[in-house]
Amino acid sequence: MIITQRKPMEDLFAMLEGVQKVALVGCGNCAAACQTGGENEVREMKALLESKGIEVVGTLVPEECCHKMLVKKELKALRDSGAQAILGMACGDGVQTVADNAEVPVYPANDTLFLGQIERVGIFHEYCRMCGDCVLGETGGICPVTRCAKGLVNGPCGGQKNGKCEVDPENDCAWILIYKRLEKLGQLHKLTGPVPDRDHDRMAHPRHINLRGKKV
Amino acid sequence: MSLLKTALQRGEFAVTAEMAPPKGCDFSEQAAVAELLRGKVQGVNVTDMQSACLKASSLGLCIRLKQAGVEPILQVTGRDRNRMAILADLLSAAAFGIDTMLALTGDHPVVGDCKGAKPVYDLDSVGILEMLRRVEETGLDCGGNALDSKPEFFRGAVVTPVYEPVALQVAKLRRKVDAGAQYIQTQGIFETESLKRFLEAVDQAQIRVPIMAGIIPLKSAGMARYMNENVPGIAVPQDQIDALASAKEAGRKPAEVGVDMAADLIRQIRAENLCPGVHIMAIGAEKNVPIILEKAGIQ
Ligand code: SF4
Ligand code: SF4
Repeated sequence: MIITQRKPMEDLFAMLEGVQKVALVGCGNCAAACQTGGENEVREMKALLESKGIEVVGTLVPEECCHKMLVKKELKALRDSGAQAILGMACGDGVQTVADNAEVPVYPANDTLFLGQIERVGIFHEYCRMCGDCVLGETGGICPVTRCAKGLVNGPCGGQKNGKCEVDPENDCAWILIYKRLEKLGQLHKLTGPVPDRDHDRMAHPRHINLRGKKV
Repeated sequence: MSLLKTALQRGEFAVTAEMAPPKGCDFSEQAAVAELLRGKVQGVNVTDMQSACLKASSLGLCIRLKQAGVEPILQVTGRDRNRMAILADLLSAAAFGIDTMLALTGDHPVVGDCKGAKPVYDLDSVGILEMLRRVEETGLDCGGNALDSKPEFFRGAVVTPVYEPVALQVAKLRRKVDAGAQYIQTQGIFETESLKRFLEAVDQAQIRVPIMAGIIPLKSAGMARYMNENVPGIAVPQDQIDALASAKEAGRKPAEVGVDMAADLIRQIRAENLCPGVHIMAIGAEKNVPIILEKAGIQ
């Protein structure tokens, strides 16, 4: 799940300076789960903007806002709305996908934070940084790249105190968690042994995947 | 050859002292302290923005010390530089005849004084050692390209003896040694019991590397309490805190008592042959290092 958080309203009003008519595009998937771009939030945003004299001339909540074909189709409904701008209430990907299909400026309502686990409704934890070279097999299924504040893959720094991280004592030290899990799994030998190269050329942005075997 | 390496190989009791570059661009104070240390230590270990607080660079001060004829040890953290920048600094250091280094992961910027800085951690301590060892062995750089000439360093790393679970710390030490660490310095220790326990665990794991005990001369009871609270791996025993707190009543300065404690500890480590040397982290009171050594009966 892509975790998003709404920007402060004053930032949104600053971006919408001079705009009288706006359309809102949310997302029925991640942003809905994050309570930043589902039907409810779009309705609330409409009321907030209208209370400040900005007319909301159309609203859309595509099933998922990062799907180009889907978004293209749905955006047709806004074509004659007279919107001078669109407020994208999805993640950064969704906002760009809307912008790819729009003639007017598209502004982000949210900050996109991380790829996270939903522990339960409204509680999210960052679990994967999408490093492109997954080491979970060596670390008992706990990601050190993400859950260790320094992203250390060879073992802990000296900084944990009572199992908590030196960087933020609210966080568990990932390496203490890894140690305990490996101990349970009978895999403590994975704490030593050769360390794989972590090369960052796989991380040259932007990355693409094409499963279709032909140029799109 | 590295003076520290020579001392450790010969079985002399080795001493290194830590020194921080200035928060500014004037090295004169550091140069003056270096004069006091000349001939008394096998290396002056120059910190690389310790505690993630901005200072002049370790490389800069190391060059200054080298030119003054005092052997520097270049500390290298992975916090601020990617592998290219780290190797570039090591090559430059080698060009100036600097031949001893210490690899650390580095404290995170958010605990320091430039909190908005981007943490790098392209390589951690293990990664830095591994890269340098490979460069030295192959003469190839971090991208596998030939270097015109290759550096040679005596490579060091650190370890935290007071750590729970100790097996995790020992495993990391194993990785550091496998990656090319040739000597180790410990986090500050204050009594020999925890040190002995740790050294036993290292022995059982059959890790063979010289481990120099880290010594922090305490300046006051407040400092000891603060470190116990805030510095990971530091555990000053209560009786030492009490002795510092009651120093004034006995008509002594707490820092003097701290110097005596440090000297006693070094004497004990040497007498019991626990470690082949010590690393003294005087945290701004480097001028006390010669006094500590004299009181410990060294040289
Ligand atoms: S190692 Fe961590 S960041 Fe990388 S892919 Fe696996 S879970 Fe994601
Ligand atoms: S304390 Fe643990 S989680 Fe935090 S940076 Fe160090 S190793 Fe990583």
